[in-house]
Amino acid sequence: MNEAPPLKLEAVACIRGGRLLFEGLDLVLGPGDAAIVTGANGVGKSSLIRLAAGLLRPAAGKVERNGGAGLADEAAALDPRQTLGRALAFWARIDGTDAAPGMAAMGVTHLAQVPVHMLSTGQRKRATLARVAASRARLWLLDEPSNGLDADGEERLAAAMAAHRAQGGAILAASHMALDLDGAATLGLA
Amino acid sequence: MIALASRELRLAMAGGNALLPLIFFLLVATLFPFAVGPDGPLLARVGGGALWMAAMLAALLPVDRLIEPDRASGVLDQLSTRGIGEETVVAAKLVGHWLSFGPPLMLAAVPAAALMRLPAELLLRLELGLLVGTPGLAALTLMVAALTAGLRSAGALAGLLLLPLAVPILIFGAGMIGSENPSALKLLAAVSLLLVAVTPFAAGAAIRAARD
Repeated sequence: MNEAPPLKLEAVACIRGGRLLFEGLDLVLGPGDAAIVTGANGVGKSSLIRLAAGLLRPAAGKVERNGGAGLADEAAALDPRQTLGRALAFWARIDGTDAAPGMAAMGVTHLAQVPVHMLSTGQRKRATLARVAASRARLWLLDEPSNGLDADGEERLAAAMAAHRAQGGAILAASHMALDLDGAATLGLA
Repeated sequence: MIALASRELRLAMAGGNALLPLIFFLLVATLFPFAVGPDGPLLARVGGGALWMAAMLAALLPVDRLIEPDRASGVLDQLSTRGIGEETVVAAKLVGHWLSFGPPLMLAAVPAAALMRLPAELLLRLELGLLVGTPGLAALTLMVAALTAGLRSAGALAGLLLLPLAVPILIFGAGMIGSENPSALKLLAAVSLLLVAVTPFAAGAAIRAARD
């Protein structure tokens, strides 16, 4: 198994719209590690997730990923006219995996024939999490993963996250709500 | 890459998106003889240029559905997170977009040329020009779509950006219909090749810049 840490942030600084959000941020997530980013709205939680995903470049410092990253944020990235099964199969094809285990883990298997634009907010959230669960990425980047989820959805999310960590994966989650992550470090942004 | 290109083709076919430029192209070809009158020789002389104008304007129509929906829905972010470069994404989109635009336009050019009373050898040269020139037009549309993605009134701005840049294609495309000289075709191919080669990098940089 690859022992390099799935995510390593060294003295990372982030500037958005001319405003310094945070600087000197160090974080290492080894296999099985998890961290929850907390903080008020607009403090840079989502920016940190996007930095870790490589979508934003840090103003200073270094971001290092090993073993790929799966991102679940507010954008569903599913073609609205396609059925959920086909939309997720497209991403599974890009990832070289099978969409079915992720769909089963998040309890959306029965929605496979439903067009994406007919799904509710919570169902869409489950679908984006199912895509991350189906990918073989070692690092999960979850931006407000429990938004819109019901109790059953939160339970499934917790189980999926636990299974991922048990397999040596790492999780960086941004949330203003409590997440069921045993022994996760808390990273408070201010 | 193949998955991306075929997705692009599927999106173009869904809901008749690819038909819109074709109908527009044929409509212009139908209206033009009404405007200049049923003078056969005159139509044959100016028809080729008019069809190139129509092709250029038809290329502008898909500009708002090529990049912006994928940017807004997070598809581009998801691809980038998977380590797929923006240049690769744009190149795949270019292949998919051209397949839904170039060959259908070449088919539509046959009835359009009949409406313009173009003789057979001119139609042949028009088709050859479209084969060489439509990749350039498709690339230009994609580049402008990436540059204007996420902007307000992107459609109007796209027209102002695309049409001047398409002038070389128009000049050499229409030019090669009227002359036996092969240099117009060579210059058309050069312009088209340049646009196809530059677009993945220019559009890729535009997509990255739009994230900041």
